[in-house]
Amino acid sequence: MSAAASLQVLLEAGQPVAGHRPWPRIVVTTELWHAVIEGLAGGGWTLLGLWGEPGMVHLAAHEAASGFIGVASLPCPDGCFPSVGRLHPPAQRLERALADLVGLQPIDAPDARPWLDHGRWPVRHPLGAASAPAEATSPYPFLSAEGESLHQIPVGPVHAGIIEPGHFRFTANGEAVVRLEERLGYVHKGIEALLAGAPLERAARLVGRVSGDSTVAYALAFARAVEAATETAIPARAHGLRALMAELERLANHCGDIGAICNDAAFALMLAQCAVLREQVLRASAACFGHRLLMDSIVPGGVATDLPADGVHLLRALVAEIRRQFPPLVELYDNTASLQNRTASTGFVRPDLIRQFGCGGTIGRAGGRDFDARRQPGYPPYEQLKFEIPARTDSDVNARIWLRIGEVEQSLALIEQLLEQLPMGPVCVEVRQPGQPCEGVALVEGFRGDILVWLRLAADGTVARCHPRDPSWFQWPLLEAAIENNIVADFPLCNKSFNGSYSGHDL
Amino acid sequence: MRKLLLQNLWRSPLTIAAPAPSAAALAELGVKVDQAARRRLGRSLAIREVDAGSCNGCELEIHALNNAYYDLERFGLRFVASPRHADVLLVTGPVTANMREALERTYAATPDPKWVVAVGDCGRDGGVFAGSYACVGGVSAVIPVDVHIPGCPPTPMQLLEGLLALLQVQRW
Ligand code: SF4
Repeated sequence: MSAAASLQVLLEAGQPVAGHRPWPRIVVTTELWHAVIEGLAGGGWTLLGLWGEPGMVHLAAHEAASGFIGVASLPCPDGCFPSVGRLHPPAQRLERALADLVGLQPIDAPDARPWLDHGRWPVRHPLGAASAPAEATSPYPFLSAEGESLHQIPVGPVHAGIIEPGHFRFTANGEAVVRLEERLGYVHKGIEALLAGAPLERAARLVGRVSGDSTVAYALAFARAVEAATETAIPARAHGLRALMAELERLANHCGDIGAICNDAAFALMLAQCAVLREQVLRASAACFGHRLLMDSIVPGGVATDLPADGVHLLRALVAEIRRQFPPLVELYDNTASLQNRTASTGFVRPDLIRQFGCGGTIGRAGGRDFDARRQPGYPPYEQLKFEIPARTDSDVNARIWLRIGEVEQSLALIEQLLEQLPMGPVCVEVRQPGQPCEGVALVEGFRGDILVWLRLAADGTVARCHPRDPSWFQWPLLEAAIENNIVADFPLCNKSFNGSYSGHDL
Repeated sequence: MRKLLLQNLWRSPLTIAAPAPSAAALAELGVKVDQAARRRLGRSLAIREVDAGSCNGCELEIHALNNAYYDLERFGLRFVASPRHADVLLVTGPVTANMREALERTYAATPDPKWVVAVGDCGRDGGVFAGSYACVGGVSAVIPVDVHIPGCPPTPMQLLEGLLALLQVQRW
């Protein structure tokens, strides 16, 4: 399959599924499935997600050249499917998770180890034909690294700071990291199983807690998928308020991250200053919408709360305040050579890996991949707003800090525009009752990168199946690559500059 | 940098006034802390945070306790890196099955006397994740809990009130 053939043309050979919106879902043959895999491996398009349900595996892909997004579904009556990860490594962990949860086996998969299932659940294959777990579980076999004078450093799952749990297995030669292997899944909460059968309101709360730091982006992706499935049009003011919340979330997180990264280079002053900015954003969010992190503020059909009378004034004051306080901090970063000595050229990620993995967010854009879901596929009201997407190619910790700095400035400008143009009118409508099963999908740009939510609603409007995919799926593997040949002591710095979500990934 | 530091010296501090300890937490605690432990510990507590499956929302607000507004350390409360140095475990999340053993081991590694504070609606009873095959459901299902601080996530103010209740009890 040459990368020149378009994904859309390729999928036309399959059977489109009725009631899947806004992008098509196509039931494909094994032959077509192979063609899709080859196209992914050839770099023609990007993997957006891979998930399953009993008897069927789904793969979402995006073609950057045309902007086309499609979902390919392969029936697997025998409980197995040709491995995507065999030719396309970004699919490997998704495949392992899918085998753990649904029980569908990837044929010829390069890595058959379990991923989310640590042998601690009372069931096997909770999303498939659930069965009792195996009696005894063997220890997880880590990959080996051999050579004289190599030693291993196991870290986690409980880490030293106030952070999420995960296990890192370093193999080091003196100070230099030879191999890092991640083991995740510790915070797997079984969210997909909880979503099955949930009414919309409960489902929205659950999806809003897949990764708490991205609650706005997740709630937005879920709401957009529901609205696509049910063909519900929401009021213009709701679009504006949603974008306002999304930019506040981006602003708060980027401020926090910039400080936290510098703190991991022992520059605590930056953390102290940036944490103040973050706190100011959270306080303004609470004053405007009633929740510091804006949880449950976006609901299918619109938003839960309108901006109060003094909201516009409050947010304008916030923007002005950050505009005043932020530039000296940027200058401070720019002028502190000892700090940049730690961040420049540390944790370099090869741009070809970034492209291959479809790595999004600041990591992707700091490494030459200028993808931003607000632009492509795009969603309202961003087409009416002026903003730039900062991009760099140096792909190290320093680049990722500058990327965040650039995005803080863009978010401030976006908030100002949104306040300027906020339409009047209602902020929420009833979601249309589907009357028959329907499916929806949405791609939303969170502060960490693009979040995919796919769902199927039952005729009564409850969720039959929902799969949220965190941007971290395509970022965690690259952290393993980024740390290679860096010193162990720089790991916290690299890790923080990625800021992958454990909860979002473990689901 | 010097300019920034000087400005910060001159401007009035951002730190808020201390809130009153939470009445609910005090009531919960009252009977549980024994006198001897209080004398031994004096008035400062080392806290080890353990994420036992949270969505990371609770962690964000716990982090905020360290910012200039809440400045937890002024109360003698500080976060430490190891359970071996801790008096208090601050536990978040619905306790996933995959984190259960790690939580038990962290508890075992914490020297006596020790307190456990369960943070968030998840820490109380599993919150929105209650009933999942992958969650044990609530910190007290795994280790003994002294205080619950509810909320999803609790605000830094609520966290502060709950933690101050711990200190209050010690002073009796
Ligand atoms: S209580 Fe809420 S914020 Fe805290 S971990 Fe649970 S869902 Fe997340």
